[in-house]
Amino acid sequence: MAGGRAGAGPVTRRLKTGSAASGARTRTGSGARARARLVLIGPGFSYLVVLLVLPLALVIGYTAFRRGRFGGIAYEDGVTGDNFARIADPLYAGVLTDSLRIAGITTVLALALGYPTAYAITRLTARWRTVALVLVVLPFWTNFLVRTYAWIVLLSGEGVVNRALTGVGVTDRPLRLLYTEGAVVVGLLYAYLPLMVLPLYAAIERVDRRLLEASADLGARPVRTFCRVTLPLTLPGVLTGCVFVFVPSLGNFVVPELLGGGRTVMVGNLLRDQFLTARDWPFGSVLALALMAFLVLLLMAQAWAGHRTGSRP
Amino acid sequence: MIRIHEVTRRFGDTTALDAVSLDIAEGEFFALLGPSGCGKTTLLRVLAGFETPDSGTVTLDGRDLLALAPHRRPVNLMFQSYALFPHMSVERNIAYGLAREGLPRAEIRERVTEVLDTVGLTALARRRPQQLSGGQRQRVALARAIVKRPRLLLLDEPLSALDKQVRAEMQLELKRLQHEAGITFLVVTHDQEEAMSLADRIAVLDAGRVQQVDTPVELYRRPRGRFVAGFVGANNIFAGRLLASGGLDVPGVGVLPAAAGDAASGDITGLVAVRPENIRFTDPDGDADAPLHGTVLDISFFGGSSRIAVTVPGLDRPVLLTAPGPAPVAPGARVALSWHPESAVLIEETVETTHG
Repeated sequence: MAGGRAGAGPVTRRLKTGSAASGARTRTGSGARARARLVLIGPGFSYLVVLLVLPLALVIGYTAFRRGRFGGIAYEDGVTGDNFARIADPLYAGVLTDSLRIAGITTVLALALGYPTAYAITRLTARWRTVALVLVVLPFWTNFLVRTYAWIVLLSGEGVVNRALTGVGVTDRPLRLLYTEGAVVVGLLYAYLPLMVLPLYAAIERVDRRLLEASADLGARPVRTFCRVTLPLTLPGVLTGCVFVFVPSLGNFVVPELLGGGRTVMVGNLLRDQFLTARDWPFGSVLALALMAFLVLLLMAQAWAGHRTGSRP
Repeated sequence: MIRIHEVTRRFGDTTALDAVSLDIAEGEFFALLGPSGCGKTTLLRVLAGFETPDSGTVTLDGRDLLALAPHRRPVNLMFQSYALFPHMSVERNIAYGLAREGLPRAEIRERVTEVLDTVGLTALARRRPQQLSGGQRQRVALARAIVKRPRLLLLDEPLSALDKQVRAEMQLELKRLQHEAGITFLVVTHDQEEAMSLADRIAVLDAGRVQQVDTPVELYRRPRGRFVAGFVGANNIFAGRLLASGGLDVPGVGVLPAAAGDAASGDITGLVAVRPENIRFTDPDGDADAPLHGTVLDISFFGGSSRIAVTVPGLDRPVLLTAPGPAPVAPGARVALSWHPESAVLIEETVETTHG
């Protein structure tokens, strides 16, 4: 999670000092150490090269060529810049902005629901806190597709939600809930809310209660204390949670497909269709790269903001 | 000014405060002294509003303090951990409480500048708390509390995190501030030297109960009860029968010098406490009439004085005495000890005697 990013610096530094130290040793000693290092780093390094660096290089490479007639890449047709130009097409730009909006709404709602939840959990007694956290994580133990199908049952015309609404008398006719943008947001929200709650819980848990007491002691009402002390101190957790929800929401294609009924197309669907249906690998690669570039920017912004608030001791 | 009446607070089976009653006067420097777990911090938290007593009342200038939420009380607490906001500069930490009062910005700036000058932190105003030393943080915490000009300032172990040099400096500074600002100070400490040197009056707490409230000098000279005698300053405590004619008869040792009790009710069991500085060596060759004979066990030299421990047959603890300068005897030497009867403090014990 956030720790991985923060930990990257010290690890590389440690490796450097390690090699400097071994350089000063006898030749046989340093040879043994180098071998040991290779054994330790080797598996992880190969994993990254085979499964991350090579595919990424391929994807980047594809963007420069034309599509083959039956999928794949037509290398013999030479390089082109057309693939990048196509992304400006209003059709695709629309999909991208729709995706951003849906992911954005999902993230905001997840924050609005997740913060009070996480805050309430930190205020429970130790035993109930564990119970609550297990409940938060519990949905992950069931298959994601199954859980999403369950929402179809809930939201359908004769589903539980509609029956409850008509029963209470809110409406006299079943509402159209399924296959709307709202359904997609609900599905994404449901899927990724735990990813918001957990980092927020960790952040709020870490805030020293005495700071809140000090704030009250100095004359701040509880709302003030929250705005001026709790929220600023948990901002890194807020950002982490937002990224955790926003990123997978943006790329998700299962939820729009099942709950959006194909009406709501998100960038994830578009991307998959380019590879599997339209067989346009170069343009699919462009979309993938665009999505990735956007997410990298987002992560950098988060890292920067987290660093700036300087809550890490 | 502040009246604490019969305040009791229980946590499960333990009673942190047991019917504590105290009166603190306007402008007083008052100390709560006791070992850790005696309830002194709980009392402080009751006054600040972070604990609610199970029973009892607290009034400030006759008004019920317990009815007010913490943020409405004219009381400020300086936390033991300082509790400075890590995401704010020194300046903004100090201005925090003033901004809550809705003061005009110019006045806030003026008062922050003033208090920064008072605690000598003007140069560090823009630093973050993490960039300060312990002593500097402590002064920020103090500045943040006094800038509000509270009626009552609560200090929780204010000097415990500081080394000896800085501590002495801060003690003087605290006293000066208290004189200048005219704020009533209530300091909680387990360090009796700190309490003695700072406070006008001290309340000694043990097991949630007030044992004695007195000025430092009286507390030292006339401890009431075994706990205070043993806790405040070093003391030699002898148990035996107080004789109506004067003296304490210790079984297996003999009659030790002590003034006659007020009550001429005959012999009663009791304790006598004698300060180490009041014990002297009598004739080094072993005066037969000296009340105590023993062997020097150990000598600690402190520069200005020496502390000498003497084992006396019949007593389970060595007798301590202080002598100015280097010790006149060597370990292993046979010595005779005595003291003036008037310097021995009588502590009459009732039947239900000691606890914990």
